[in-house]
Amino acid sequence: MLGPIGFAAPWVLVALIALPVLWVILRAMPPAPRQVSFPGVALLRGLIDRVPIARRTPWWLLLLRLAAVAAMILAFAGPQWRPTVAAGQDGPLLVVLDAGWAAAPDWPARLTRAEAAMNDAAATGRPAALMLADGRPVAGALAFAPADTLLARLRAAQPAPWPTGLPDDPAPALEAVPEGQLQTLWISDGLDHPNRAAWLAALAERGSVTVVPPSRSLRSLSLRAGDTPSLTLAATDDAAYTVLAIGPDPQGVERELARLTPGDPATADGISTRPVAIDLPPELRNRITRFQIEGDSHAGAVVLADDRVKRRKVGLVGDADHQAEGQELLSQLHYLRRALNPTTDLVEGSLGDVLNTAPDVIVLADRVDLAEADDLTAWVEEGGLLVRFAGPRMAAYENLHLEPLIPVALRQGGRDIGGALSWGDPRAIAPFAPDGIFAGLTPPDEVAVRAQLMAQPAPDLADRTLAALSDNTPLVTRARIGQGQVVLFHVTANAEWSNLPISGLFVEMLDRLVETARVSPAEQAADDREQPFWTAETVLDGFGRASPAEGLAPVAAADLALGPGPERPAGIYAAGERRVALNAGAPMALADWPGATVEAVGGAAGRDLRGPLLALAALLLALDALGSALIARGGRAGIAAALALLLVQPVPPAGAQDLNPDLIRAANDVALAYVITGDDRVDEASGEGLRGLSAVLRQRTSVEPGEPVAIDLDRDDLSVLTFLYWPITEAQPLPSPQAYVRLNAFMRSGGMILFDTRDGDIAGIGGPDMSQTLQTLAAPLDIPPLAPVPDDHVLTRSFYLLSDFPGRWQGNPVWLEAPPAGAEAAEGVPFRQLNDGVSPVVIGGNNWAEAWAVDDTGFAAYPIGRGWEGEQQRELAFRFGVNLMMYVLTGNYKSDQVHVPALLDRMRTEETLGP
Amino acid sequence: MTQGSSAVPRASIALRARAQTTSAHLPALIISAQRLAAMVAPGAHGLRRNGPGEDFWQYRPASQGDSARAIDWRRSARSDAQYVRDREAQSAQVVGLWVSSGQGMDYAGAASRPTKADRAHLLALALAMVLLRGGEKVGLLGQPARAGRAQADRLAEQIVALRPAGADGDAPPDDALRPNQRLVILSDFMDDPAWADRLLTRAAGMGVTGVLMQVLDPDEETFPYHGAVLFRSLSGAIRHDSRDAGGLRDAYLARLAERRDWLRSRTTGAGWHFGHHSTDQSPAVALSWLYQVLAG
Repeated sequence: MLGPIGFAAPWVLVALIALPVLWVILRAMPPAPRQVSFPGVALLRGLIDRVPIARRTPWWLLLLRLAAVAAMILAFAGPQWRPTVAAGQDGPLLVVLDAGWAAAPDWPARLTRAEAAMNDAAATGRPAALMLADGRPVAGALAFAPADTLLARLRAAQPAPWPTGLPDDPAPALEAVPEGQLQTLWISDGLDHPNRAAWLAALAERGSVTVVPPSRSLRSLSLRAGDTPSLTLAATDDAAYTVLAIGPDPQGVERELARLTPGDPATADGISTRPVAIDLPPELRNRITRFQIEGDSHAGAVVLADDRVKRRKVGLVGDADHQAEGQELLSQLHYLRRALNPTTDLVEGSLGDVLNTAPDVIVLADRVDLAEADDLTAWVEEGGLLVRFAGPRMAAYENLHLEPLIPVALRQGGRDIGGALSWGDPRAIAPFAPDGIFAGLTPPDEVAVRAQLMAQPAPDLADRTLAALSDNTPLVTRARIGQGQVVLFHVTANAEWSNLPISGLFVEMLDRLVETARVSPAEQAADDREQPFWTAETVLDGFGRASPAEGLAPVAAADLALGPGPERPAGIYAAGERRVALNAGAPMALADWPGATVEAVGGAAGRDLRGPLLALAALLLALDALGSALIARGGRAGIAAALALLLVQPVPPAGAQDLNPDLIRAANDVALAYVITGDDRVDEASGEGLRGLSAVLRQRTSVEPGEPVAIDLDRDDLSVLTFLYWPITEAQPLPSPQAYVRLNAFMRSGGMILFDTRDGDIAGIGGPDMSQTLQTLAAPLDIPPLAPVPDDHVLTRSFYLLSDFPGRWQGNPVWLEAPPAGAEAAEGVPFRQLNDGVSPVVIGGNNWAEAWAVDDTGFAAYPIGRGWEGEQQRELAFRFGVNLMMYVLTGNYKSDQVHVPALLDRMRTEETLGP
Repeated sequence: MTQGSSAVPRASIALRARAQTTSAHLPALIISAQRLAAMVAPGAHGLRRNGPGEDFWQYRPASQGDSARAIDWRRSARSDAQYVRDREAQSAQVVGLWVSSGQGMDYAGAASRPTKADRAHLLALALAMVLLRGGEKVGLLGQPARAGRAQADRLAEQIVALRPAGADGDAPPDDALRPNQRLVILSDFMDDPAWADRLLTRAAGMGVTGVLMQVLDPDEETFPYHGAVLFRSLSGAIRHDSRDAGGLRDAYLARLAERRDWLRSRTTGAGWHFGHHSTDQSPAVALSWLYQVLAG
């Protein structure tokens, strides 16, 4: 004991004598020279230092090292600030250790406290007993034994993932207490538990009771089920804590998905309760596996997510999609599937099949006169949500007034608004009622309804209307039947009657509706009948860590309702397809201790100085390493290293990529683009050429391109372009790999590149041409098999009829994507049905840009051929340009035109055959 | 080798791409006219233009000035015009490249700079590309020299596959010299340069000329060290312990200058050229110097 400091192992301090010896040794050893790898060392051979400098360890480095060693020696001597000296007592000792989840946060401190008491008892030879209050029944009376024999059991104790509990009757357990004044040390978790008062009274009767309260405040999290499940955060203090929502991210890595902030607290009996709304997008919410209070590690701070917070199972019933692939946009189910798939589990099939899977929601798309109406009604009455959509079939159904499961009486036939033969404009959607289930959603202006099923006027129509049109006719109506509800959309689920299904509002409305579906009632009714037992799948330990369940017996459904306990730890339980979470967190009540001594928090043990001293030693050693580096690196580098250690480098904020203003313009109106080759003359020709072609397109066609855009392949984004002119020059640098990625994406998404080797005058006669450069440049591109333009290709007739594609030169073949091998001409059609798309590349050497080029005054910039013939060739070059742009922009539309006579013919036949 | 087989093609592609950017600004190099004039032996290597040679190059319509003997009657008989059969000009010029793969080359004074070996490989391949574009035959010393674009790929693979020697320096094989060859030797000449003397003597005897280029790191040119330093060569064979490295700077620089003067006098004596390049300079500078020296 040195003043207020005591040492656990004072003899270690003897090592301090060794410090002066260390000083001498360290001083004699200079720091090692710096090692440098240097190829020029051969030239240094035999050179002698002019001024050899002797090196010694500087005194401050020595001092640093000695201080570090001294701090370590002191730390190992186990110093304590004001150590407690336990007061001597006699009589048996009983340690009651609360071992529920609420004890988990400061579990090691509790064990230390209990161990200290046991050690004291062992030192004075008092018998002791340990009572673990973990809810397990105690067999017989508590056995009192020498205190040190209990230490192993104490150290092996773990907090349980259920609340602290004590046996019902204290008397049998306390039968075997030895003679003497019983001294009880109750290490409490601060909460009230069943039987606690009885035990306290019984123990106080037999002797003194000392209570160790928890050293910190406690929080618990529980789930409040209901239509919109929410969390409740209870705490013994007033601070606000964040709740983390944890689950796998899209990569499947478990991580924090969202942070929930609790609302305002309501305080009662020292416990403050805050609601925590789970206000998350459904995609996110469905991924959550657990909620956890930030910074708390005990089972009560964890709420495992089960079906109550999870995705609903939605059954879709409608006409099967037996239409052709291209016509799925007409199917009602298509829109429902797209809207519901991200947030729900979809089941499709006939109504009977869907009902068998016990869905939470069933969506019926334009179905009437159902065979399984009785089963469906029963299902709705048990709490199911039925969403129906109107449609032509419902409108035409004669017995519509007899149809069950319709929220409001409907008029047969429906109405058309804004059609060719009707008055008025299509109706917009009226703003949603601020207290309805669609509150907060804003109907977009462009959503309009052209046809709807009308409701018969009725007194309760207004109450049943969830959404209405601007003329107050209902769009969505709802009726509650039994525990469930029936919702009717008075329009179709496809874009036939309104454009609601192709707006984002449709998705939001369906999400809101599906959220109101109740999950539990129907299931719990099924529980007892079909699944009397639940099997644990994942269980939590007292610290809130999940582990797979092993060796646990299945739990009866009735027991599960009692909450977690010794045979049913908190965790996820499964029965069949269903999962239910058993959570430890529950409402809390503070304990009071009449007749007992409550210890002051943190006042018991002395303050251990070992940690700070070891930290100081580590810091000194780190400084020593820095100082050594400073000396070895000759100053500058060492300081830089020190600064690098001390400063946290601010990360430069990632700025938005600079956008080429031309590209923004190109996104606005069609703009032809060309690749910058680096050759000024060629680039100028490309720009002038595309300007000339743009002018011709404006004059002759409905395509009105803006100024041409120059593209730097290495920098610019190609996604807004449709057409890229790429002249080949020999000195062109290869674009970067990223540029090729963009080019390939551009070609895949319908863009076209016109490669112009510009060597039509010299190619093909054996001299050097651009083919090699073209091959080099185009090698990394995904180019399909190529073929010369076939005579019947749509490029020859997309605007003008052309047989050749001249530019400044002519007579060279032009290559594009080869037609499919099996293409054959239909009967009576002069050409084959070729590519069903646009060739991603057109390759030729006719130097089109120079043929199209006009200078600032609007005259041709380059001569072609001679006289009139040359001008004729220029005109054909322009026609090729027009055809090419038409081909790029309209694809095989011109090819389809050939079918028009056949289509008209067929319509005529149907007319004559039909009614 | 199983590890290397997948790494080498990728590395060679990267090296090729960098060499292409370095050599892109230089037009095709056809080795100096004087050398071409001195060629006597007809070889199998075409210059991609018409001229004296053996291989067929093209038919062209006869024009004024062509003698009747020059007309290819067999071709002309197939049409009304007369055609002349041109042959491809051929040369026997061969360029041999040699890059030192001593361990000393595998050195970079700072992480931002390439190693000397990297730079030497880049220069060798870029030069080879310029030469190949000019229609010359190029090969690594001791390997068959070939012409054509495919040779650039082959060279890139061979260069990347070069393995560092065990010692700090290495020397080109003595028996790889052939008459009518131009040599380009890239090394740091830091080790004992006696092999350079031997090479130059043999080369002078055979009438072979070429270029020696010394590739150095800036640290080797400026010696920016001071204080107590233990210098080690990269292979660890040579060490030099100094207590005052700053004081050695002048002596080191003098020795380096001396080494260069010696190399320069030897090379000019043998009709060769000597240049040096520092890795902090642009490779294009060294390449254009090589271009000028080989072309002039």
